[in-house]
Amino acid sequence: MIDFITNVFQDALYYTAPLLITALGGLFSERSGVVNIGLEGLMVIGNFVAALFIVLTYDSMGYSAIWLGLLLGTLAGGIFSLLHAYASITLKANQVISGTAIIMLASAISVYVARAVIGTQNVQIKIGVTRGVVPVLSQIPIIGPLLFTKAYLTTFIILLLLLILWFLLYKTPFGLRLRACGEHPHAADSMGINVIKMRYIGVIMSGLLAGLGGATVLVTYSGQASGSVNGLGFLALAALIFGKWHPWKVLFASFFFGFMKTAGTIARLSSLNIPQEIFQAFPYIMTLVALVLFSKNATGPKAAGEPYDPGKR
Amino acid sequence: MNKLNKRYLTIIIPILSVLLGFLVGAIIMLISGKDPINAYLWLFKGAFKGMLSGNLARLGDMILASTPLILTGLSVAFAFRTGLFNIGVTGQMLFGGFVAVLIGATVDLPRLILVPLAVLAAMLMGAVWGIIPGLLKAKYRIHEVVVTIMMNYTALWLVQYFSKLIIPGHFDTESQPIKESASLRTEWMTDVFDGSSVNMGIFLALIAVLVVWFILEKTAFGFELKAVGFNPEASKYAGMKVNRNIILSMMIAGGLAGLAGAAYYIGYTDHIPLGRLPSYGPDGIAVALLGLNAPVGVLFSSLLFGLMSVGKGLMSIRAKVPEELVQIIIGIIIYFAAANLLIRNWIVKLINRRKVKVNSND
Repeated sequence: MIDFITNVFQDALYYTAPLLITALGGLFSERSGVVNIGLEGLMVIGNFVAALFIVLTYDSMGYSAIWLGLLLGTLAGGIFSLLHAYASITLKANQVISGTAIIMLASAISVYVARAVIGTQNVQIKIGVTRGVVPVLSQIPIIGPLLFTKAYLTTFIILLLLLILWFLLYKTPFGLRLRACGEHPHAADSMGINVIKMRYIGVIMSGLLAGLGGATVLVTYSGQASGSVNGLGFLALAALIFGKWHPWKVLFASFFFGFMKTAGTIARLSSLNIPQEIFQAFPYIMTLVALVLFSKNATGPKAAGEPYDPGKR
Repeated sequence: MNKLNKRYLTIIIPILSVLLGFLVGAIIMLISGKDPINAYLWLFKGAFKGMLSGNLARLGDMILASTPLILTGLSVAFAFRTGLFNIGVTGQMLFGGFVAVLIGATVDLPRLILVPLAVLAAMLMGAVWGIIPGLLKAKYRIHEVVVTIMMNYTALWLVQYFSKLIIPGHFDTESQPIKESASLRTEWMTDVFDGSSVNMGIFLALIAVLVVWFILEKTAFGFELKAVGFNPEASKYAGMKVNRNIILSMMIAGGLAGLAGAAYYIGYTDHIPLGRLPSYGPDGIAVALLGLNAPVGVLFSSLLFGLMSVGKGLMSIRAKVPEELVQIIIGIIIYFAAANLLIRNWIVKLINRRKVKVNSND
C-alpha cells in the first residue's frame, strides 16, 4: 500500500513539474496585464527545440546535451514569445487572437522544421534526465521515499524556481511594479513605471518558463517531440485560474491536476473499473466550477487583456 | 483620412495579410533551402489538377475541405459580431458531430428522416455546448474565452468516454462508423465530381451563409446583436436586453459549430476519431478574421483555405516542401489579422507621404 501511494505520488510529480512552471509563466504574463493563451504553443516550441538539439548533438556531446537542450528550449520559448509581446503590447492587438496565432505557428513550424531537418514529424531522443536517489534526504521517514527516490532533478529545479519567482513577485520592488501594471497600468505609469517594458518582461518570462515546461516534458516522461504537447498548455492555463493567479495556490492546483492525470492512467491500468476519461475531464470541469464560485469576488489581474493606452483613463 | 479610405483599408488589410502570409512562407522556404516559386506553383497546380480536362475531383475536394471551414468560420464570425470570442468552436463541433454519429450509427430510419434528424441533433448539441459559456458570461461575467477553452477539453474527454461506452469502434482510436443511410454523401454528387467525397454538407453550409447574412443584415435581432458588440453599455441604455443577446448569440454560434460537426463527421469521416480535437476550430478563427466577420467574406476565405489544403499534397510530393507550410501561412495570416494596426500604420504612412509629395508639387 505504501509502495502504491509512493508510486502515485511520484508519478503525479512528473506531471506537476511542467504544468507548474508553465502556469507560473502564465502568471507572470497575466500579472503584468497580458493574457497569454499561447502557453500551449510556447511549450511546443521549447519541447521541439530541446528535442532537435539533443538529437543532433547527443552523439558528440553526451549527457550534457540534455541540460543544454533544456536551456535552449527555455530560451526558444522566450524568443518565440516576443511575437506575442510585440503584437499584444506594441501593436495593441487582440491578445486572444495573437495567442491563437502563436499556438498554430508553434506546432506548424516545429513539424515543418522536423520534416525538413530530420525527415520525420516525430523527433525522438534516446535518453532523458535520469532518475536518481538523493543521498541523505531520501532517508527522511515519510517525505524521503515520496520526494527523493526516483526523482528527476528537473522537478527540484522547478520547485526552486517557484520559490525564486514567488520571492521576485511578492518581495521585491520589481514584483510590485509588475503586478501594478496588471492591476492599474495608468496609476503605475503615473508613478514612473514603464508599463510597456514591464509587460514585455512579463510576456518574455512566460515564454521562458513555458519553454522550460515543454522541454521538461521531453526530457522526463515523453521522450519525443511531435509538434504537440497534448493540451498541457491549456491545462496549465486552467491551473493558473484554479490557483487564482497566486504562486502557492498554483502549485496546489498543478499538483492536484497532475494527480488527476496520474489517477487516470492508474484507473486504466488497474482492475478498478473507473474510465480514465472522467479523470482527464475532471480538472477542466473543476476549473469551470471554480470560476463560477470565484466570480462573486474579483479574480485575476484587473487590466489583463486590455492593451495599455496612455491616453485612455 | 476620409470615410472612403477607411472602407478601402478594411478590404486591403485582409488581402495584405494573405500576401504577407505567402511572403513569410516564402522566406521560411528560402531559409530551409526550398524553392518557394516552385512550391507555390505546385500548390496551385495541385489544387486545380485535371480541372481543364474536365476532371472535377479536385474541385470537389476543395469544396469538401471548405465545407466545415465555412461553418466554423461563420460560428466565430457570428459571435465576434456580438463582441464574443468563440474559441470553443472546436468542442461544439466535436460534441455536435458526436451526436450526429451516435444517431447515424444506432438509429434505424429511412434516409430521408435519418439524415435531417442527425443534422438537427448535431446543431442542437452544438447550441447546448455554446449556450453554457453564454450563460456564464451573462450571469457571472466570466470571460467566454476561458470557459470555452475548458469546455473544449471537457468535450474531448466526454466524447471519448461516451463513444467507448455506447458506440465502440473496431479500434481504440475511433468510434463505430455510421450506417450508409445516415451519410451526407450522395451518389450523384460523387458522380458529378468524379469520385470526390464532396457531399450535401456544402448545401447546409451555403444555406447557413444565407441565413446568417439575413439575420445580421436584415433583422432587428441582428441589429441588436451587432449593437451589443459595438457598445454593450449604449445598447443597454437603448433598452436592449444585453444578457439575453449574449446568450442567444453564443447559442447560435454553437449551433453553427455543431452543424460543422455534422458536415465533417457524417459527411466525410463517417466516425469520430478519438483523442484529438478537430483543427477546424482555430482554422475557423482564421477564416472569420480574413473574411472580416461577414458571411460572404467567410465563404471566400474558406474557399482559399480549401484550395490550399487540397494543393498541399502535390506541393509536398513535387516540391519536397512539408505540408505544414500551409498551416504556417494560416498562422501568419491570423497573426497579421490580429496585428492589423501594424499594416494600418504602414498604409497610412504611405498615403500621407504621397500626399506630402503631391502638395509639394503644387
